[in-house]
Parts: sequence; C-alpha cells; structure tokens
Amino acid sequence: MSNLKFYIPAVAFLAIAGLLWRGLYLDTRTLPSMLIDKPMPSFALATVDGEAVSNIDLPDQIFLLNVWGSYCLPCLVEHPTFMRLSEEGEIPVVGVNYKDRNELAQDWLETNGNPFSFSIEDLDGRFGIDLGVYGAPETYLVDSDGVIRYRHVSVLDETVWQEEFIPAITELRAESN
Amino acid sequence: MILRFNSCFCALALLFVLISSEQTVAQVDTFEFDNDVQQQRFRTLSDELRCPMCQNTNLSGSTGGVAEDLRREIHRMILEGMSDREIEQFMFERYGDFIFYRPRLTAQTVLLWFGPIIFLLIGGLVARSVFRRAREVGETEVALNDDQKARLNKLVGNK
Amino acid sequence: MIPELGQFSLILAFCLSILLGTLPIIGAARNNVLWMSLARPLAAGVFVFLGLSIGILAYAFATDDFSVQIVAAQSNSLLPMHYKLTALWGGHEGSFLLWTFMLSGWMLAVSIYSKSMPIEFVSRVLGVLGVLCVAYILFMLATSNPFMRIVPLPPADGSDLNTALQDFGFIVHPPTLYMGYVGFSVVFAFAIAALLSGRLDAAWARWSRPWANIAWAVLTIGIALGSWWAYYELGWGGWWAWDPVENPPLITWLFGTALIHSLAVTEKRGVFKSWTVLLAILAFSGSLLGTFITRSGLLTSVHAFATDPTRGVFILGILGLAVGGSLLLYAFRAPLMKSEFGFGLVSREVFLLTNNVLLVVAAASVFLGTLFPMVYQALTDDLISIGPPYFNFIFVPLMIILVLFLGVGPMSRWKRTSTAYLFQQVAKLAIASLVIGVVLPLLVLFEFSLAATVSVALAAWIVLTMGKDIANKIANKDSVAKGLRSLPLSYYGMQTAHIGVAIMLIGIGLTSYFSSERSVLLNPGESVELGSYSFQFEGSEAFRGPNYIGDRATFLVSRNGNSLPSLYPERRIYLASGTPSTEMAIDAGFLRDLFITLGEEKEGGGWTMTVYVKPFIRWIWLGSIFMALGGTVAAFDKRYRRLRQRKSAQEKEQLGALQPTAT
Repeated sequence: MSNLKFYIPAVAFLAIAGLLWRGLYLDTRTLPSMLIDKPMPSFALATVDGEAVSNIDLPDQIFLLNVWGSYCLPCLVEHPTFMRLSEEGEIPVVGVNYKDRNELAQDWLETNGNPFSFSIEDLDGRFGIDLGVYGAPETYLVDSDGVIRYRHVSVLDETVWQEEFIPAITELRAESN
Repeated sequence: MILRFNSCFCALALLFVLISSEQTVAQVDTFEFDNDVQQQRFRTLSDELRCPMCQNTNLSGSTGGVAEDLRREIHRMILEGMSDREIEQFMFERYGDFIFYRPRLTAQTVLLWFGPIIFLLIGGLVARSVFRRAREVGETEVALNDDQKARLNKLVGNK
Repeated sequence: MIPELGQFSLILAFCLSILLGTLPIIGAARNNVLWMSLARPLAAGVFVFLGLSIGILAYAFATDDFSVQIVAAQSNSLLPMHYKLTALWGGHEGSFLLWTFMLSGWMLAVSIYSKSMPIEFVSRVLGVLGVLCVAYILFMLATSNPFMRIVPLPPADGSDLNTALQDFGFIVHPPTLYMGYVGFSVVFAFAIAALLSGRLDAAWARWSRPWANIAWAVLTIGIALGSWWAYYELGWGGWWAWDPVENPPLITWLFGTALIHSLAVTEKRGVFKSWTVLLAILAFSGSLLGTFITRSGLLTSVHAFATDPTRGVFILGILGLAVGGSLLLYAFRAPLMKSEFGFGLVSREVFLLTNNVLLVVAAASVFLGTLFPMVYQALTDDLISIGPPYFNFIFVPLMIILVLFLGVGPMSRWKRTSTAYLFQQVAKLAIASLVIGVVLPLLVLFEFSLAATVSVALAAWIVLTMGKDIANKIANKDSVAKGLRSLPLSYYGMQTAHIGVAIMLIGIGLTSYFSSERSVLLNPGESVELGSYSFQFEGSEAFRGPNYIGDRATFLVSRNGNSLPSLYPERRIYLASGTPSTEMAIDAGFLRDLFITLGEEKEGGGWTMTVYVKPFIRWIWLGSIFMALGGTVAAFDKRYRRLRQRKSAQEKEQLGALQPTAT
C-alpha cells in the first residue's frame, strides 16, 4: 500500500501531459472580444470624406464594421471580398480608418476602390480602444439594433466569409424573424 | 498570418515616425504629471498591463501601435482623477482579463493563487513523513559499522 | 551535393544511436561484456557523425547555399560571417541539430571520464543517452530536417537572420543554455542506469555529483547570459520578464539546485535516495518541457519559433516516453531502494530537506504560473495573462525563507545539531545582518526602502554566517593558512556559490528599487537630468552599417559636472527585411549602468528617448558567475578524481553488499 505513493509522480505527469496535448490545439493568439453582445460604443467623429458621423448614421440593418488602414498589407488582401460584398449589395460595410493619414486613406480608396458606405476616421485610435481593437484588420458583425455580435481578427477572405460570417448572419436573421 | 500581422504593425510604427507633426518645446517628458504619485501610478499601471497586440510585453515595454495609445489613455485618465480601479475597469471592458499581468482573484483563478500554498503544504507533509521514517530508523540506528566504512572508503578511493 | 552528405551523416548517426540505445543496455542486463564494450565506440561514432552533420550545415551557411531551406530563411549574403555561422541556430531545425550535437558531446565526455565506473553502469548510462539521441534524430528526420532543399529554383538571396538575433548575445546564449539543459540529460541517464541496475547507493551519488554540478554551472551561466542579453538588446530596462520561454530554464535550474544539494545528502549520508532520483528525472523533464514549449508554440511568448503542431505532438511523444517511462520505472524500483539512516530534527539533513522542499515548491509554482493560462483557456475559452506581479509575489517570499536557511545550513552538523549551539552561533550574526541591512543602503543611496533592506540584510546574513563557519572550521588548526588549506575544494565551491547568491541578492534588491528612468523628447543641444546624471543630446547623424542603415545619436554624459564617457544609441533599419531595430547605448559600471534607448525622430532633429539609471544591475550577473564558479570548483574536489584511478571487478561486487538494511 505504502508503495503506491511512488506512482504519484507518474500519475501527475500523465495529467500534465494530457493537458499539454490539449494545449497544442488551443488558439492562444486570438483575443476574444469583450464587446460581443454589447452595443456599439458611441462616437462622434468625421468620415474620411470630412462629414460628421455618429451612431445614428449607422445602417439600421445587419452590417459589417471593418477596421482598416492604408499602411496595412493584410487589408489589401481582404479588400476584394469587401468590394464584392458591397457591389453585390449583400451587406453594408462601414469602415473604420484606424490611425491613418487622411490623404493616404483617400489615395488608398481611390486606387483600390471603396467598398464602404462611409469610413469613420479614427486618427488617434481612441475609437479603436473603445472597440477593443488591437490592430488592423479586424471585422465586426453588428446587428440591426446596433449590437456587436461577432468579431473576426485578421484577414477576412472568401473562406472566412463562407465559414464564419454566413452562418452567423443566417442565425441573426433567423433570430430577428 | 502572424508574420504578416507583425509587418503590418511595423508599418504602423514606421508610419508614426512619418506622421507625427507635433511641435514641442524644450525637453518635454513624454507624459507629464501633476505630482510624483501620479507618475508612480502611471508607471505601475503601464508595467502591469499587457500590450494586447504584442507577443508578451507590458505597455511600458512596447512602442507604437495600440500600446502607445493605451499609455496615452492611462495618462489622460490619471489626470482626470480616475482611480486605479476605474482605470482597470476601463481596460477590462475593452480587452478583458488578458490585459492584466496580475490575474484577478476569481473562482477560476483560485487554484492559481492558492496553488503555491498547497504545494508548500504537500512539501511539508512529505518532509514530515521522510523525517518520521528517519526517526524510526534512528531509534534502531543502522549505520555503516567501522568495517563497512573502511570498505566503502577503499572502494570509492577515499583516504 | 554537400548538404546531402550532411543528411547522410545524420542518418548514419541515427543508425549508430539505435545500436547505442539497445546493445549496451541489453548487454548490461545479460552480462554480455562484448555488447557492453560497444557503448564507448558507438558514443564516439554518434558524436563524429553528428559533428560532421552540423559542420556541413555550418559550411552551407558560410558559403551562402540558399538552396538549403533554412539557409534561405535565416541568412543573407550581406550578413557578417560570424552571424552567418550562428544563424545556424537562429531557427528551429538548426538549433535542434545543435541541441542533439551537444547531447552527443556530453555522451563523449561521459565515455571518456568514466574509466573508474563499472562497465555495466557506463553501458547503461550511454545506452540511455543513446535512446535520447534516437528520439531526437528521428524527430529531425521526420519533422524538421535541417538539410531540406528548395528545388528547383533556389532564391537568389536569403531573407536574413531576425534582426533581434544579430548580436553577440545570440552567439553565446543559445549554445550555453543548451549545453546546460542537455547536461541534465547526463544526470538523468545516471539515475535511470541506477534504477535499471536496481542499485542506488552512495557510489551512484558520488559518480553523479560532478556531472550534476557542471551541468548546473553551465545552465546558470546560460540563463544569466540570456538575462544579460535581453537586458541590453530588448532595451526595456528589465533583466527578467517571467516569459513562458524563460521559465522552463528557471524551473530546470530550481530542480537542478535542489538536486545538487540532495545528492550531497545521498552521497554523504545515504538518505533521500529515491527523492534524489526523482529530482534528477524532474530536472531533465524541465529541460524537455522547455524544448516543447519553445518549439510547439504552445504559449505566447516573445521568443517562440515558427510553430507547427506536428512538431509539438512529436516532442510531446518524446516527453511522454522519456519522462513517463522513467517515472514508471521509478515507481517500480523506488520502493526497493529504502535504506535509511537516522537523523534528528535539527540536523544538516533536515536543513537540506527544507532547502529541497522550498526549491521544489518554487519550481512547481513557476510551472503552475507558466501553464495556467492554458488550463484557464481550456476551461473558460477566455485568455488570461500571468506576468511578473504574480511570479514575484510567489517567488520572492520563498527565496527569502530559503536564504534564511542557507545561512544556518552549512553550520549545522550531520545527524544531530544542538539547537542551543546553533542559536549561540548565529544570534549575534542575525542582529548584525539586520543592522547592516538598514544602515548600508541608507549610507550609499540616502534612501530607505524595504526591498533594499531585506536584500542587503540577507546578503549580509549569508556572508557573516559563512565567515563564522570558516572561522569555526579552522579554529583548532595551527595557523589560518594551514586551516584554510585543510578545507576541501567542495567546501570552497559551496561557499563561492553561496557568495554568488549574496551578490545576486544585492543586485536584485537595489536595482529593482532604486532604478530610475525618464522618457523625454529632446532637440539637439538640449539635455535631461536624471538623479545626479545629466545627458546632453548633441544630435543624430545617418550612417551605414554592413547590412543596415541607421541613425546614431551622440550624448554627452556628466555627473555633478564631471564628464563621463559619451553614449551613442542607434536606431537601425535592416536592409534585407526592412525591420527597424533599436540599439541602446550602455555605460556599464560596477555600481550602476546608464543607458539610453532612442524612440522616434521628430521634426527638426528631435528624438523621443528613454534614459535609465540602474544601480547594481551588474551584480545580478556577477552573482551568477560566482554560483557557476562554485559549482565547477566543487566538481573538481579530490574525492571525485581519486575515484577515477582504480576499481576492480571484485570490489564492484562488494559495493552491493554494503547496502545497510534496516531492521
């Protein structure tokens, strides 16, 4: 009986090894958003075109809020997806031009095309902090009541759109019916 | 993916170099405070809050990007007279528990905070049992007798 | 063609290590002298072919052979030669080859310096190391082949070594750390060999001790180098960040420290046998865990390699087999190894037992804090950070208690010490330490702080008790010189290492409390004051390095009007990758470091920057040097050398009969 105690280290190790194995399959890099199921933070800022915007200007249907910048290379990668979404009228996309320079942002939109209903200009990143942004690109799914329902960090390409956003949107639509 | 991310942040940092246009007077502390207490609070907060976009550094250890913005926010909130608790709550609402390098004591972190005490108790118990066994042996004292000692020394080449 | 030779050589080393991992162990079990005698030549063979393999890889780096994948990924034609060569361990594949090569180096050392041990014991030790070699090489061949080629179109130039790694620290830190890490595999192999033979006796402990000491000393230096490098390269003013990749070496070191103390008890008194074996296994597990964490990308850290889950699973498999297997073996064999001697409640055994408990609890707590974010995420799906505030809170009190015992331990006697005697010995010293702790920081720094008082008092405690102990030990000798000569080398080793602890304590205590820093924006001609130091910014100029462009700023430094050496911090952009990097400028000193890091250039030639004054920071690394020196000195004690000289088969037989049996 007293010899059983010598098995304790082996048993403890087994538990730790199991844990490590589980840990291999955890995504430790994507920080979950704290704003899920919270209303969009309030803001009163200008658009890239210089018009004043605040929460009341947001679409009153389900829409995407995409955080982008002209300096951000991955934003260019996901750009065609947003172009297609807005051209096909699948869902409105509102931009947040995060910590950019106005001229550079305007150039970028002109060169690459503008998929956004409008882009909120967040020069100092203050609005980004309220959103819990930690770097462009990030995309939020906001429902018709202005409540944030989903966040995707990094590039949103067609695969992500099909696999993550379509189901989330379908669910939202079913909910509101 | 991660790599591209980083290069994006680097670009961001570079951009900062390009766009900052604030004209400044001689020798300005990056963040100025009304008194030393505020200064100290600022240092502690930016030491104990984690930069959300970095791999594993605190706010004071990283330059550019969101870390810079968060430091500026802390500075603003301290000057506005907010307490440390309120500032921490502000951070929590936006970035969650991840932002605290000092994990808050909750039901899920009880094991973390009390684990070392449990280890110490276990260690104490193990030590006690070792000692008790030793004392039992000690009473029936078995040690190498002189002859055995001499042989051991001869074997391992001592003296 | 040449890289394929490297690959071929790696495969040959693999085949030889399979033989090494099987024949000698079987030979030892069946008492087949021929098979056992294969152990040494096979170990040498594995070393030669791994050496050839790593040499060929180094040649590929030196000659810019960008058709080799890792050369293309980690090197660049503009890179200076010393970084080209060290770029070899700048990534996962190359560094693992280095790791395995170091293991074979230790193996060779064991086969050379083991003449005095019985052949079956040496065969088992080398056999166990051979099994580890098999696992490591298989891992390389299966998941991380360093000789992988880019066909058919190799890139014209490589994408460059990570700029943070282009530094002297990178040349010395990884090899030293690996050397120490892998050294614990040797101690592990000794323990497993002893378990396999079913004989854990004082001789086993005596054979293991020098190896454990050397491995521990090298690991100490490896960790200290990492800390020193992080301090001057990352430029955030810290020297230890409790990062998930820094913690496993520390865990290994804590287990290792417990082990070298526990081995002393096992050797001298024949107690704690199964506990000592367990510590040897734990220290080795710590080193494998470190490999696993770094190479699987399990935890978010500042220095993770590029990640790949299959590698993680593979290393976890190695970890499971090696550690799980040895713990099972331990469970079978440990109950047989009881042969206890008695000791009293106040005795050196009990002090060392306390030392072990504290060190193991500290290691377990660091382990808990390192892995807890993972547990938390698995349970709640949320992320949590555990950083310096947690670790300091747990670690510091444990170390304080440890140091209190450290003072008394060496004075106590084996078996039984009278409490009254100990008390009479140390009471005055305790008061004196406290007084020194309060007064000294006040005199030197004109400020009171609890951290400084505690650390100086503890350091004084170590030094005073040590002085007293030496005085006691030589009191009845004819002369001081004669007395000092009569003390064994291992005693000096121990005291040197303990002085190292005292020095490090002062460094940690004073630097963490009295450091000051200031972040400012300066235009050329302006200056900033910090304490009694003044830093005048003269301006910056663009310059060009071998593989980067940058700005170098000039600072005139003075203290109370006396000028000190000027400082030239840099801001660089590396050409191959376009990565910016900050090179801080340090004026290192025995009593304080001054350093400056540049931030960003503003309009009109102004720069943002942070200036730091760090009192006593060098003492942290100086303390580590003393510790490592102590460990090494102790390993060269006469009794380990005598042991090498003779041994006959008959005497070996007799060793077993020496095991006392409790009645």
